[in-house]
Amino acid sequence: MSEVLVLIDHAEGAVRKPTYELLTIAKRLGEPSAVFIGPAGQASDVAEKVKAYGAEKVYVVDDSQIKGYLVAPKAEALQQLAEKTSPAAILIPSSAEGKEVAARLSIKLESGLITDAVDVQEGPVTTQSVFAGSYTVTAKVIHGTPIITVKPNSAAPEESAGAGTVEEFEVTVSDAAKAAQIVASQPRKATGRPELTEAAIVVSGGRGTGGNFEPVENLADAIGGAVGASRAAVDSGWIPHTFQIGQTGKTVSPQLYIATGISGAIQHRAGMQTSKTIVAVNKDEEAPIFELVDFGVVGDLHTVLPALTDEVTKRKG
Amino acid sequence: MNIVVCVKYVPDATADRQFESDNTVDRVGVDGLLSELDEYAVEQALQLKEKAGDDTKVTALCVGPEKAVDAVRKALQMGADEGVLVTDEAIAGSDAAATSLVLAKAVEKAGADSKVDLVLCGMSSTDGAMSVVPAMLAERLNLPQVTLASVVETQGDQVRVKRDGDTATEVIGATMPLVLSVTDQSGEARYPSFKGIMAAKKKPLETWSLGDLGVDAGQVGLDAAWTAVEETTARPPRTAGEVVKDEDGSGATALAEFLASKKFI
Repeated sequence: MSEVLVLIDHAEGAVRKPTYELLTIAKRLGEPSAVFIGPAGQASDVAEKVKAYGAEKVYVVDDSQIKGYLVAPKAEALQQLAEKTSPAAILIPSSAEGKEVAARLSIKLESGLITDAVDVQEGPVTTQSVFAGSYTVTAKVIHGTPIITVKPNSAAPEESAGAGTVEEFEVTVSDAAKAAQIVASQPRKATGRPELTEAAIVVSGGRGTGGNFEPVENLADAIGGAVGASRAAVDSGWIPHTFQIGQTGKTVSPQLYIATGISGAIQHRAGMQTSKTIVAVNKDEEAPIFELVDFGVVGDLHTVLPALTDEVTKRKG
Repeated sequence: MNIVVCVKYVPDATADRQFESDNTVDRVGVDGLLSELDEYAVEQALQLKEKAGDDTKVTALCVGPEKAVDAVRKALQMGADEGVLVTDEAIAGSDAAATSLVLAKAVEKAGADSKVDLVLCGMSSTDGAMSVVPAMLAERLNLPQVTLASVVETQGDQVRVKRDGDTATEVIGATMPLVLSVTDQSGEARYPSFKGIMAAKKKPLETWSLGDLGVDAGQVGLDAAWTAVEETTARPPRTAGEVVKDEDGSGATALAEFLASKKFI
């Protein structure tokens, strides 16, 4: 069986959940080989984690020489690895950075790129959700090595023991790839809540919060969800842009999406329409969000959410 | 400074967007316009020009069908100095990789007399929404890319941007020439003024074909695409579920019942 390269999504060596989803998908297509571009010192820890999800090989690219140079060196590393291994496919997490690595790689390898897949099956045949979720598209790469970026929550991670053989891989990075550099970085403050794009439950607030996100945050904490926001709330300066869900923010596809005080404009729908179950609380019964919901409450979020939070706490307690 | 800003002509997101029988996006039967997110790139280019205060030139570049000239015209009305539409029947159905090839050749041609210092793009189109063309274009031009900027500052050939990365807020430094993409946080795009609309009519607007760029028709279009759509299916509209009115706390109770029935709590 051919290898399938999976680029490990990690923060300083801490492997993130989409990696396991990608490894699970990779098993459908061939033999999963995980690619770790990061500090060499973390490699053995990372290898232990990914081998539990079926990684047969773990290629380690020490990033000490390329850290901070954005995506170009990573694309060069994957290119060299692809030339060495002739993989059946290359799977990359659909983050902003992942998509840019994939884009550069696609041109380097003269290979087709499919982004934002929500499912990948044998072939590989991908499924994407387009036009703000109003169409489902299946597609294939027909030239070169299929390069596919996969959205979080596209597969349930399945544990399966792989050999996890670690192989150091030396890359040659061009000077051109080091032409743009991160000169300062302020890691986002940990909220203690799940990462928005990976969360199983998302509670989001919009204009209807009036700038008070406390009821939204309290419900999110009670139910174990992440907090999101509409563009209206972000533009009003009530909450940072990193919480924005929609066309120009994050796209989420959780098991449960709770929209509160959000009318449901097309730009917002683009970021949440593929959620499995959608629930809304809004004062305006004409709000378009109610056209999408599995369950809706016409009411004031400032009274409904605290009561719901109490109820959730009681039932969980 | 020589700035090229890439603008895309897209189907109006508020219209009923659809696919053609060959599974390409219907770009002719639906009203189109300059992609909203590219307006921020035009705005940024104009702001950089205003700050530089010298003989900075802003060229709006578009690849698309003949109708796409509307997108170029809008950029000229906003204040771009020159416009270029690359249009050719052979381009229809091109994927992102082929589009980036045409754009790269057009940027090279636009820089034939005086090198292009900055290629500006929006963060994403509002139709395909892949967000990969800036990176592909940078790769083809062998330039660095600095993407998703919310604040842009330049000093001579040095560029500094601030952006909200996936895990951190970052400041990135690079040297021109480069490809830069900006987000909708980078500054509200201006509306064309009446004066701007009148002035746009006298601005140079060229139409280039693939031949003008030295691109072979066989390198672009649907047949040359590296990816193929197998099927497009209109998603059945979500059927609205139960909606209840909250009266004296009944809403929260009903919602809790629903969440419990779905095993969320």
